[in-house]
Amino acid sequence: MVDTIRAEQPVAASAPSPPRSRRRRRELLPYLLLLPAICLELLIHIGPMLAGVGISFLQLTQFYLSNWRAAPFAGTANYAVALNLNGATGQALLHSFTVTVFYTILVLAISWTFGLVAAVLTQRSFRGRGLVRTVFLIPFALPVFASVITWNFMLQQQTGAVNRILLALHLTRGPPFWLIGPNSFYSLVIVAVWRTWPFAFLILTAGMQSIPADLYEAAALDGAGIGAQVRHVTLPLLRPVNRVLLLVLFLWTFNDFTTPFTLFGSAPPTQADIISIHIYENSFVSWNFGTGSAMSVLLLLFLLLVTGVYLAIGQRGERHA
Amino acid sequence: MRPTKLRAMAFVATLAAVPLAACSSSSSSGGSAASHPTLTYWASNQGTSLQDDQQVLAPQIAKFTRETGIKVNVQVIPWTTLLTQITAATVSGKGPDVLNIGNTWSPSLQATGAFVQFTPTVMSQVGGSSRFLTGSLSATGQPGKPPTAVPLYSLAYGLYYNKAQFAAAGISSPPGTWAELIADGKKLTRNGHWGLAIEGGSVSENIHLAFELSQQQGGAFFDTAAKPTFNTPQNVAAVKQMIDFMQADKVTNPADAQYSKGTEALTDFATGKTAMVIWQASAGSLAKLGMNPADIGVAPVPLPSPLPPGGKTITSMVAGINLAVFKDTKNMSAALKFVKFMTSTPEQETLNQTYGSLPTVSAAYSDPAFHTPAVTTFRSILSGSAAPMPGVPQESNFETTVGTAIIHLYADAATGKTVTSAMVAQALSLAQQQLGG
Repeated sequence: MVDTIRAEQPVAASAPSPPRSRRRRRELLPYLLLLPAICLELLIHIGPMLAGVGISFLQLTQFYLSNWRAAPFAGTANYAVALNLNGATGQALLHSFTVTVFYTILVLAISWTFGLVAAVLTQRSFRGRGLVRTVFLIPFALPVFASVITWNFMLQQQTGAVNRILLALHLTRGPPFWLIGPNSFYSLVIVAVWRTWPFAFLILTAGMQSIPADLYEAAALDGAGIGAQVRHVTLPLLRPVNRVLLLVLFLWTFNDFTTPFTLFGSAPPTQADIISIHIYENSFVSWNFGTGSAMSVLLLLFLLLVTGVYLAIGQRGERHA
Repeated sequence: MRPTKLRAMAFVATLAAVPLAACSSSSSSGGSAASHPTLTYWASNQGTSLQDDQQVLAPQIAKFTRETGIKVNVQVIPWTTLLTQITAATVSGKGPDVLNIGNTWSPSLQATGAFVQFTPTVMSQVGGSSRFLTGSLSATGQPGKPPTAVPLYSLAYGLYYNKAQFAAAGISSPPGTWAELIADGKKLTRNGHWGLAIEGGSVSENIHLAFELSQQQGGAFFDTAAKPTFNTPQNVAAVKQMIDFMQADKVTNPADAQYSKGTEALTDFATGKTAMVIWQASAGSLAKLGMNPADIGVAPVPLPSPLPPGGKTITSMVAGINLAVFKDTKNMSAALKFVKFMTSTPEQETLNQTYGSLPTVSAAYSDPAFHTPAVTTFRSILSGSAAPMPGVPQESNFETTVGTAIIHLYADAATGKTVTSAMVAQALSLAQQQLGG
């Protein structure tokens, strides 16, 4: 590379400036193309995020809404309230956090498993595979509000389709409640898995395309059944894809607002009190934006920590491999 | 090489210009023409649907434009988002010129300082405060301060009962005490039919009833220094009474614990699935839901007998919609003209007749449309046995925390858990802690 440039210079000795400025323009072009995206990212994501962090240090209640720059500085008082496990607010936040962790782990595990099984089973071409793949992707492609509000109608205790079917099949004696009470947590998990597993299926299918077929043939020759093939060929080669997929699914599910909000409204049952709705209630519904912002910052720190640890462990694993 | 680079530069420049163009074309509230300004008006959902409200308001707005030359851009906002949108408008300073607010929000909204205060000077521009009913004017802000909005529609709670079903069960008159209501409810609860419908999943319906029952028990949710006093024996008794309709008296369907949209309990009553419902004046909605007007009976909400020591004969909170003006409006005189128009006697007569609510100006009551038995009942409730919700800045926090706590108690009762007074006390105590941080 360097030799070529040195060889070029004597040839263009008569006009030295055009190549240099042309080179500079060539170097600047990628940054210029990135500029609109960076501006929008700052305006839409980073700016409001920093404003939110700023609000978490203010005592922003309805008294200061119309002149929020005059809100008194609260220091770390909002964080103290959010983290005080002896107070009602702190206890409620911890409960909501625990519920969300269980919810995320369940949805992640079930979605990923369904996605992997479906990807493995549709790996080899068969008649109607395209149709099967399309049908599998429908829940993910439907608009969130429309699909989740339909689930809300289906899960109604007296008029919902789910209870009609359960009673017709004599699986329960009296119609159970799905949107309030202990069942509400499982309803939420089921709806979230229904929406999420097609994405796992899609990514794993794409990831599996790059696994050469002769590896499977070699494994089959060695006497490996489907289970062993998945364990020894598919999963190891899918490790980079899985690392990204699990992280994305974790962050999406943990932060999910639309699904629980559409399913339960702004007053979710205590058993299904997902943290994003909990923070929304603490901000818009009780007009205590300072505390709501503090909770959001704490959530952000937690997710950054999990992401950092996860990526660090993954990198170490790669080095050892 | 060069033409491609020029094209690339042009492409980048266009991309950069798009967000800038979008930012500069942000809508401003109010027009620039001094002689023919355009007002933006956020109306609340008073009818059966958002389109219904647009159709009701359109001829009145047209009349206003003909009389004054001021155009009005009406947006009907659903209740689920109205308070959030008002909050956003307060923070950003970009909102409508005139808007409807729930009258119980008045003290909290007054505390934001974002609304025009109706001092005697301003009030004289819309006709003066003596035109309004005293009861309606009592729910327009914190006591001792000028109103932060003027009353537009007045509503009160009543006990709606199905006359045909009562007659068929051999009950000659509506219940006057809670004991009578429970006895009547038990007679009417059989075979999938229930005595009393409750919107158990709705924050506002729960908190209104809790407030009314607490007044009857002699309780209060705030003391004279505006400090919250949620966990008192009287308040606990009031909330326990509400839950007991479902779990002890069994006159309310457990499924009602899911009713959160603000329409289901009334629909159950209109379609004959329940015999009674405690609801705000709803003649218009019941007609649209297809109920036979001859079957609709309304009486004041029952009272405990005997009245507990310190208990008040309160059967309703002062419900209603107020009309407010944003302080940052660019069209102050046009906005006040609109307020004067909406509270003028002919408009009060027309709009309240359509919605089935009560006029807030005494002059409108000379219209024979407001001499029906139902309206007379509601009017006497409003003037004789209605109390305004607490007039403290933390009023909406109180509504949300206690209302949500009651939703969860109803859910517990519906899913088989027995709700005890101790559990109610703990729920109220936790709600109070959320107010004080």
